[in-house]
Amino acid sequence: MIEFPEIVRIPLRDWIDAAMSWLLVHLDGFFDAVGWIILKVMLGFEYIFTVIPWFLFIPLIFFAGWKMLKSLSMGIVMALMLFLIGCFGYWELAMKTLSLVSASVLFSLLIGIPTGIAMAQRDRTESILKPVLDAMQTMPSFVYLIPALMFFGLGRVPAVIATIIYAVPPVIRLTNVGIRTVDPEAVEAAKAFGAKRKQVLLDVQLPLAKPSIMVGINQTTMMALAMVVIGSMIGAKGLGMEVLLSINRIEVGRGFEAGISIVFLAIIIDRLTFSISKRT
Amino acid sequence: MELSPEAAEEAATAASSVPEEIIRVEGLWKVFGRDPKRITAAKYAHQSKEEIQKKTGNIIGLRNVDFSVKKGEFFIIMGLSGSGKSTLIRNIIRLINPTAGKIFIKERNITKLSENDLLDFRKDTFGMVFQHYGLLPHLTVLDNAAFGLKVRRIPKGEQYAKAMQALETVGLKGWEDYYPGSLSGGMQQRVGLARALANNPDILLMDEPFSGLDPLIRRQMQDEFIELQEKLQKTIVFVTHDLSEALKLGDRIAILHDGEVAQIGTPEEIVTEPADDYVREFVHDASPAKVVTAGKIMLDPEVLLYSWEGPKTALTILKKNNRQGAFVVDQKHRLLGVANQARLEKFQNDVEDPEKAKLKPPVVKEVPSVGEDTVLEDLFSIVTANPYPIPVVSESGRLLGIVKTDDIFEAISPNGGDGDD
Repeated sequence: MIEFPEIVRIPLRDWIDAAMSWLLVHLDGFFDAVGWIILKVMLGFEYIFTVIPWFLFIPLIFFAGWKMLKSLSMGIVMALMLFLIGCFGYWELAMKTLSLVSASVLFSLLIGIPTGIAMAQRDRTESILKPVLDAMQTMPSFVYLIPALMFFGLGRVPAVIATIIYAVPPVIRLTNVGIRTVDPEAVEAAKAFGAKRKQVLLDVQLPLAKPSIMVGINQTTMMALAMVVIGSMIGAKGLGMEVLLSINRIEVGRGFEAGISIVFLAIIIDRLTFSISKRT
Repeated sequence: MELSPEAAEEAATAASSVPEEIIRVEGLWKVFGRDPKRITAAKYAHQSKEEIQKKTGNIIGLRNVDFSVKKGEFFIIMGLSGSGKSTLIRNIIRLINPTAGKIFIKERNITKLSENDLLDFRKDTFGMVFQHYGLLPHLTVLDNAAFGLKVRRIPKGEQYAKAMQALETVGLKGWEDYYPGSLSGGMQQRVGLARALANNPDILLMDEPFSGLDPLIRRQMQDEFIELQEKLQKTIVFVTHDLSEALKLGDRIAILHDGEVAQIGTPEEIVTEPADDYVREFVHDASPAKVVTAGKIMLDPEVLLYSWEGPKTALTILKKNNRQGAFVVDQKHRLLGVANQARLEKFQNDVEDPEKAKLKPPVVKEVPSVGEDTVLEDLFSIVTANPYPIPVVSESGRLLGIVKTDDIFEAISPNGGDGDD
């Protein structure tokens, strides 16, 4: 094999390390502020999910499943799944996971939908953002998990940050595609009647792109849930940590229980958010 | 300047009798691609669209287009796909911005308007109808029809009142709470039309509005639209690729070919006097019977009888001219009918005082007549049903001329019409 000449090495790693330490020193306050906001929102969700007792939460999901999916059996299955999670002894951890996912999804949407809208307005924005989104989805998550840890310290906040990075691309992409595939004549019609850009966006593009955006939200939620195991590696409590612990101790049964609980949560969240996307 | 009341009135009637130009397009170019302005230069003037595209990579949408539309006129822009007709209608409202040239709407050059002024101008001036309707599926029919009014920030109650009125005009009363998705194509296009009419615009722009409909529905919509336009008297710019639709609806037609205007004229001019080979090819299959009117080919009657003439005089005139019968008119030149020798002779023998007898029914037989604007196609059934020439009368019943069977067939035969001029 012919070796690549060592002389043309680019020290990207050194530059990034330098940038990291510069950021750590100079933008310390900024990261603290961001971390504080994320933590407060997280705690808010955690409060909601822990203040509702299990004997109220399970019937709530039953009704949601029944009414939203218009299927009594689906409601029963969902309630049963939640009940099983409780039976495994993971109720509290499941609620912690749920609040982590909820906070991540909330931030993902706050960032993702406006970004998707901006991306749909100009081809140039799209061509710049596309590779960035590719990177966010394919970059091994540990690569950005460690910097997140350095900026925000151990715990839930860096887990939320990492989850956002991993989960936000689908909602951005689908918002962009949704707006771009809106019937061009509907947009032209609005313009022909003298509608301003904002009116076109709010009255035509967003409503018509809604089904696509809803699918994006559903996908983002699922990806956020998939990220919780990774998040637990930097100290976010929840079902993911349970999985991690049992792998470390080679407790197959315990790992299985926790794993199944995550799957149950995923199914419930997926069906419920998907039904919203289909209804619109 | 001071004007006396009479002079002012005269000026006003003069202005109203000559319809004002509401749209005027001068030297309009639309070139797509890099640095489009350079293509309008003189050095490209003698090159075809294809040559320019090959050399420069620029695509010509419109090339030095000039035309004007009068107030109340039904103006058709016709061409095949790629001829630039959709680009042209979008330039008029500046959904596409022209590369060069001027567009005057109501004497105002809209190519110079800023984005905000343009939006306001669109609100006040235009209503537009699209080929695929361009409706909003998440809004009801009523909300769709009210869209233009909503954009203008008109109070909700007034929006709905006007939108309801527009829906009634297009025959959609009772459908206001449905969603567009549950309506047929023809009905969706009615919603599109109602939306455009609700604003009460000066100019109605229609981009192939009936092209997406089934042939039967299309014809029905065309007929209804003609009726509607008689009531509304809007200025309409109508894009179509369908020649028969253009001939049926238009007051004047502009035929576009590769972004250039090949010919502008009335349907009759287009069919009978095509300006070039392209137009000739285009209208090849079009029947003159659908566009040539009775008024165009009518002749003065050679023999005419007057109602105050007695049967005796009438018979003399007929015999002298060697005719079996002739049309009879009254003092005001209004058509009464036809009289022939046989009936006149019987009448002469029956009446007591032939000297004082007047020509009137039953000796004068009523015959079907047509108006000046009647197309030849509609004369066929009359020709086959009676042996006389067809009288052409004005709205008040005055006899304007007659159309003979031979002249009809001469006018519609492929080489007819060319012979005389």
